Amino acid sequence: MKAFLTLVRRDLSLALRQGSDAAMALMFFVIVVTLFPLAVGPEPGVLERISSGIVWVAALLAAMLSLDRMFQADYDDGSLELMLLTPVPLELLVLAKCLAHWLTTGLPMLLIAPLLGVFMNMQSEAFPVLLASMALGTPVLSLLGGVGAALVLGARRAGTLVALLVLPLAIPLLIFGVSAVEAAVTGQSAKAQLLILGAMLVACLPLAPWATAAALRQAAG
Amino acid sequence: MEYFGDHRFEGKGLGCQRGGRLVFDRLDFALVSGGVLILKGPNGSGKSSLLRTMATLVRPARGDLLWDGAPVTDDPQAHAGSLHYVGHADAAKPAMTAEELLTFWSGMRGADGISVMAALEHFGIGHRADFPARYLSSGQKRRLALARLLVSEAPLWILDEPTVGLDDDGVAALEAAIAAHRQRGGMIVAATHIRFEAGDGVSELDLRAFEPSAADLDAAYGALGAAFEDAS
Repeated sequence: MKAFLTLVRRDLSLALRQGSDAAMALMFFVIVVTLFPLAVGPEPGVLERISSGIVWVAALLAAMLSLDRMFQADYDDGSLELMLLTPVPLELLVLAKCLAHWLTTGLPMLLIAPLLGVFMNMQSEAFPVLLASMALGTPVLSLLGGVGAALVLGARRAGTLVALLVLPLAIPLLIFGVSAVEAAVTGQSAKAQLLILGAMLVACLPLAPWATAAALRQAAG
Repeated sequence: MEYFGDHRFEGKGLGCQRGGRLVFDRLDFALVSGGVLILKGPNGSGKSSLLRTMATLVRPARGDLLWDGAPVTDDPQAHAGSLHYVGHADAAKPAMTAEELLTFWSGMRGADGISVMAALEHFGIGHRADFPARYLSSGQKRRLALARLLVSEAPLWILDEPTVGLDDDGVAALEAAIAAHRQRGGMIVAATHIRFEAGDGVSELDLRAFEPSAADLDAAYGALGAAFEDAS
């Protein structure tokens, strides 16, 4: 457990000092969403109709931007092989990396999402559900993204490749994330969709670190 | 400093395949507490591959690694905990200070060795403790990587060219650390040009002796070819 916290703390302090990676994902998220009113036109009805979909797709794309750096730096400078050689299970360390990734990219996006909802003329009643769906969905993105990031280690153009690997896996997330917000907008209960998102998170928590650890061992060998 | 206890680390019939090529084959070695095993051989003879195999970073194509008689694959985590590996990469994060880096690794492996500052002092970089690693010279980064050996305990040290980039003082500090480690029953496997006095638990392993013979290569590639034919 000490190693888990040590690793989370190190990744957070590295992210704070180097700043740019996490900030870039967040800026990308904001810019992609603000492009839509410019492209589609400022008609409130249209924007309101597409708001939940836009916010979710932009979040998905922004998360992809930050993924290829998840293990790459540790792989390049030899830290990764030292992590493989600690007495701590690698799966636990992967979980720590995913948590740090979520805290630096998923959480900021989650916090800024309601503001973007306002940009897109989303009804304010839908904000709690938007927040809830992203709170459940963005950790899944970090966990699934970890698998992709570990698989592309050492590949050229890893950033593009990781998006190609992870985006198809994130489709269910998109469908239920968006439909939860849609339900809230139309005044229905979003409980079912949120429960499914929760189930995805619960399934990914043990499975994704296990797959990621296997891919990391492969990359080191 | 406590004695590590008596251990035996051995390899039996090890073969290693890298990039589809058999690098060495039928390699045996044995190491007991206090012992040193020096790997010799020209470039490309598989010294690094053997060290990475011993550290379980690379899975051997055949053969077994045994720790106190039990295969290390039984409990890879325990084996990882009982070894230190210092490879070519120094794992120095440019944005972290020397002290932070060592504290991080002692948090990951357990801070049961000497203190972080004492380890930095031993390798003569105590005065650089709060320098970000990006401002350290390559020799200082190497010293920092070696200081990891001292902050957490492990009976087996696996060192891949540990003296690259080190000046005479750095080599002397490493030699002192190695001598102290051996006194406590620690084991060392290294590919290095440090001279050890012969006898006294020091043995050499020349990898040229384990180069796969032409017949072995034929057999290995024959099997590979057959596998391809089966698959297609």
